[in-house]
Amino acid sequence: MEFISYLVNGLGLGSVYAIIALGYTMVYGIAKMLNFAHGDVIMIGAYISFFALMNFGLPIIPATLLAIICCTILGVVIEKLAYKPLRQASSLAVLITAIGVSYFLQNGAQLLWTSATKVYPSAMPSGSLTLGGFSISWLTLITIGVCLLIMAVLTTFINKTKTGRAMRACSEDKGAAILMGINVNFIISVTFAIGSGLAAIASVLLCSTYPSVFPTLGAMPGIKAFTAAVFGGIGSIPGAFLGGLLLGIIEILAKAYISTQLSDAIVFAVLIVVLLIKPTGLLGRKLSEKV
Amino acid sequence: MKSNKNILSVLLNKRHKGRTISYTLVVAAWIILTVLQRGGHVSSLIAGLLVPITCYMVAALGLNLNVGISGELNLGQAGFMSVGAFTAVCISGYLAASIPAAPLRLAIALIGGAFVAVIFGLVIGIPVLKLQGDYLAIVTLAFGQIIKSIITNMYLGFDENGFQFSFVQNTTELAPGGKMLLNGPMGATGTQRIATFTAGVILVLIALMIIYNLIWSKSGRAIMAARDNRIAAELSGINITNTKMLSFVVSAGLAGAAGALYGLNYSTLVPNKFDFNTSILILVYVVLGGLGNMNGTMIATVVLVLLPELLRSLQDYRMLIYAVVLIVIMLITNNEHLKTWFKSIRSKQADSRKEAA
Amino acid sequence: MSREHILKVRGLGIDFGGLTAVNGLDLDVYEGEIVGLIGPNGAGKTTVFNMLTHVYKPSRGEIIFCGENIASKNIVETNKAGIARTFQNIRLFNNLSVLDNVRIGYHNTITYSPLTAVLRLPAFRKQEKEITEKSMELLKILGLGDQAEVIAGNLPYGAQRRLEIARALASGPKLLLLDEPAAGMNPQETGDLMDMIRFVRDHFKISVLLIEHDMKLVMGICERITVLNYGMLLAEGTPEDIQNNPEVIKAYLGE
Repeated sequence: MEFISYLVNGLGLGSVYAIIALGYTMVYGIAKMLNFAHGDVIMIGAYISFFALMNFGLPIIPATLLAIICCTILGVVIEKLAYKPLRQASSLAVLITAIGVSYFLQNGAQLLWTSATKVYPSAMPSGSLTLGGFSISWLTLITIGVCLLIMAVLTTFINKTKTGRAMRACSEDKGAAILMGINVNFIISVTFAIGSGLAAIASVLLCSTYPSVFPTLGAMPGIKAFTAAVFGGIGSIPGAFLGGLLLGIIEILAKAYISTQLSDAIVFAVLIVVLLIKPTGLLGRKLSEKV
Repeated sequence: MKSNKNILSVLLNKRHKGRTISYTLVVAAWIILTVLQRGGHVSSLIAGLLVPITCYMVAALGLNLNVGISGELNLGQAGFMSVGAFTAVCISGYLAASIPAAPLRLAIALIGGAFVAVIFGLVIGIPVLKLQGDYLAIVTLAFGQIIKSIITNMYLGFDENGFQFSFVQNTTELAPGGKMLLNGPMGATGTQRIATFTAGVILVLIALMIIYNLIWSKSGRAIMAARDNRIAAELSGINITNTKMLSFVVSAGLAGAAGALYGLNYSTLVPNKFDFNTSILILVYVVLGGLGNMNGTMIATVVLVLLPELLRSLQDYRMLIYAVVLIVIMLITNNEHLKTWFKSIRSKQADSRKEAA
Repeated sequence: MSREHILKVRGLGIDFGGLTAVNGLDLDVYEGEIVGLIGPNGAGKTTVFNMLTHVYKPSRGEIIFCGENIASKNIVETNKAGIARTFQNIRLFNNLSVLDNVRIGYHNTITYSPLTAVLRLPAFRKQEKEITEKSMELLKILGLGDQAEVIAGNLPYGAQRRLEIARALASGPKLLLLDEPAAGMNPQETGDLMDMIRFVRDHFKISVLLIEHDMKLVMGICERITVLNYGMLLAEGTPEDIQNNPEVIKAYLGE
């Protein structure tokens, strides 16, 4: 019984990681870059939804929508200003720029809102659903539900719409996609927009579970979700989903049964082991070089 | 036969030039700063930064071998610094009574720190170097996180009965007169500050010697060959794993020595000091200084360590400005128009030089 | 005078997924011989080179090199055994100098350790001097003597091909595999290349197996030719035999 409730909690945390990891993996798949500033977009989303809830007194859904809109715009603007000029540059140059953007967002937030931790209001339905012998909190259920919904919508979008097809084409071969008349710049913008919007949703779910808001809030979930994306095979959308869920479960189980302090070490150790067995992640594709 | 000899001498000169500049720069900086310091012209702020700058420099030089010369993205350099730092602090703490001479104890601690970092490099390198590209980067990142978590949970002390060690929960019970070397999340406290600027400069010179002499040898050529074309390198008889391992381990060892010096420069040192951000910081020095360019790495380290300090008057805005500077530098140095412009200027200069000759 | 086998391939084959790319290939190269491996595009010629050098692992068959079956070795061991090659899509170390590209070919003749290099001990200086001189000699033979300092990636195309040959020769091979050495060269350059291949064979006392589409070159310098079609052996013989073989003509020109 205890095990099952840990498992469900793990799924809840994993769902948040999965939503963030989707942003990493989509950007990687299409722009071939590690967007280290993604975690800080989560932080911005957290502050915006915090002010919407506390200062404007908005209910949770409009507050989330506001956060989504702001983060989407932020994501697109970051891409246009900082990453687009570096399309031809080395991946290291882009990585360093992303780190610069990350510092900028963290320090900007600190200037605007100070480094003091703010307590996130509980706007989600409280209480829990009791089924048979054990209970699951509504928050966990909502988190898992939102994650499944996002996964379903995203999969449909990628597979069924014209833009989705263009995205897949770009991730396969950007040069060929341009020749087919696909506007690659537009597709990259769309990718950043979707990724950042998802980060906003993740921020609301994350802060409802761990209710504190501070400027470096996004760093650790960002690294964990990045790990989840690699775990599942970076560039693969189902991989990010699977990687996120597994990472959440491993983290919660490690905390429950091994040691709270060592849970991070265990998560990263599992990642290393997985990559040794499957060097491109669980669902990643094998790369081969033509000679 | 004559032209043959000429080419050889030209090649050797060219190589020695970059190296001579490096050694000269470091020694000159040491002389100037030491003289200024004697005369009391160095502010306490700068004086306090001298040792850390040399530490970051050595770690960044090592990382440049790994990232610039070998072409592997390593996001865990702070992990090796951490290993080196806490090893050195423990060694120095343990030997404080038996070896009172600080320089000797410092040397032993630095060698010990580097040695343990090398061992970690070997153990991690075996699995890590089978991976490629971003996967290798993420594993080094993961390694850095693991090291931090583990050291945060280590408790080590000694008394007249010997060492006591515990993990996660502090169960050490020392006899009176005993001393805690590692104290979990609090790290190392009460360390004797035996690191000196001169020691840092010597360490930088040793790092430069190791890196340059390695690059301009069989090993260095193999490392660069593996970077430029893996398959052609293998078909030239180069064992890729061993080659990458060499650059990874040398880089780790230098980071270990750098961390050791850093640890012995402060009376307290927390494991959180060497987190992901520190790894990234060192990577920034390397990239901004220019991949494979050791002089660039050293200059970038000095500028970027000093920059936030010099912006201190701007208070809260300083890190924001630092971030903007970082982004703007990357955008400018990678701007295609500017690149072609610089190239055209350079070729014009070369042409006019040819004409003059 | 009975000729000794340098390379004897029997029943060599490889599958990619379910697709059989090369099957049941027999190939002989005798000491001091120049052999051509030809066939229409997609016949599997480069795949054969990749198997001989273990870039790809053969699915079946024997590769007997100097009397030893090397089919299960890896790339590095192949190099040590004495097979060197060039590539159809040139694979130089583009950021290194021409001289360094060749010196890398001497990798396994150098015996000093990294520590010796760091400490710049006499063994380092002696061996570096030796291989640098040898490298310069090789560069001169291949007409690159005055370009030692140039960065390999900046060389013109034809020079890059010659540099690949120099690098391959540096590892002291017994068998040199050339993958389309004349691709992209004009007739003048191709003529020089033919002389050079012959000279290299005589000077270094090696055997050469080459893939080439330029029939003037193939017929001009190869003593024997093996024809590959759809991954299988189609014909084998002297240039005259091959030129008059109806099967070969059909494969090249179609029905």
